[in-house]
Amino acid sequence: MIYWANGVYRIGIGSFTLFHFFPDWFYSAFNLKFRLAEAMAWHFCIMWLFALNGAAYVLYTIISGEWRYLVPNRQSFREAIQVTLHDLHLSKTAPPPRKFNGAQQIAYTAIVLMGAGSLITGLAIWRSVSVGWLTALLGGYEMARLEHFLLTLGYVAFFTVHIAQVTRAGWNNLRSMISGYELVTVEEPPAPVEEEVQA
Amino acid sequence: MNDSEMRSEMRRLTRRSLFTGAAAALLGTGAWEWLRTRRDDDEEPWPLRIGLRVDEQLSRDYFDDRRLARTYGLRDVQPGRPNGTEGMEGPPPENWSLKVSGFLNSGDDLTVTMEQIRALPKSEIITELKCIEGWRRIIRWGGVRFRDFVAKFGEGDFDDDAYIGMATADEGYYVGLDMPSAMHPQTLLAYEMNGGPLTPEHGAPLRLAISVKYGIKNIKRIGTIRYQTTRPRDFWAEEGYDWYAGF
Repeated sequence: MIYWANGVYRIGIGSFTLFHFFPDWFYSAFNLKFRLAEAMAWHFCIMWLFALNGAAYVLYTIISGEWRYLVPNRQSFREAIQVTLHDLHLSKTAPPPRKFNGAQQIAYTAIVLMGAGSLITGLAIWRSVSVGWLTALLGGYEMARLEHFLLTLGYVAFFTVHIAQVTRAGWNNLRSMISGYELVTVEEPPAPVEEEVQA
Repeated sequence: MNDSEMRSEMRRLTRRSLFTGAAAALLGTGAWEWLRTRRDDDEEPWPLRIGLRVDEQLSRDYFDDRRLARTYGLRDVQPGRPNGTEGMEGPPPENWSLKVSGFLNSGDDLTVTMEQIRALPKSEIITELKCIEGWRRIIRWGGVRFRDFVAKFGEGDFDDDAYIGMATADEGYYVGLDMPSAMHPQTLLAYEMNGGPLTPEHGAPLRLAISVKYGIKNIKRIGTIRYQTTRPRDFWAEEGYDWYAGF
């Protein structure tokens, strides 16, 4: 957000501005003005941490075999629509009782691909001459910047929905996210009827 | 495991995980606080400076002057946008000449006139000037490639690990460049802009147009050029920006 504390960041066409990132009072209130150098220094140090963290996560899911739960399959997309309708209270069909339902599979896989996208677009902006072929492939410097920015907005959207869903799902689910285990009440199977064999 | 055993096991696991989580959060906040409060090295906590230096070394290892900045056509040219007046107090000097140091084996300084510079082969290039603040302008530059300038006035070997320092005559603005970036074929000592002579606000009579760097390195109204083995000071790097600032 510190980056955007400059008049050039806006949504609009030509001289018409639809939306400025953000109003002036916003930057003043959060003390974001004149701190571009600081923001850039953090950005170009922390980026390694994000990259390594992402690589470690992907490696772990591959080695552990967890990717099987995460990668969407043919049914995921139909299921995702169903889950979305259910969560918006438009449908009564409950999501399947699996570790991750179709909507989750798509969201969690998309976020990994978005992460890769951020690294690639970021590199194309950061060293736009040294990796000029990549910058060109992404549609040029301006486009790469826009893509990098849209991906960032995507994380904000993901985060918002994610937090809302966790809040909605309640304590047992949150506990399972932290501890890796979940308590599930399983109905007692009906006791087998013993047949007395008459001698 | 019966039901109550299960519940107590679950409580234990939850406690353990929350404890681990809290410890990790504390460690993260601690690391952040530590980083934030380190002694400043040119307006930036020193660990971040080291990070920027690592980025720079990696970028310099990968740098290759056969990789060129994108060039544009005449129709794409945009009007310039003057930004920053440091080192440009008052009107441009009447009897301007360039002071050049470190170019001669004798160690003596050189004085180069505008006529001598204009006598060198002229290069034209249309590239995008990218400001570190986020705006960009496609500019048509005319002038002398810095590598041609060095070939004409320099004696002996110019080391790739060395640097070029440029400053305005009053030392009000100054930049440092790594040698390979300065010698890049798209680095110009420019005296023309968008088809006309350079105007005072854009750095007349001579400025740097370096397409492999952010706008901050494109120093205007150059007064001195120095070849040196130590890292030259840089106006915006002293204010917290990355010294390298290259693409």
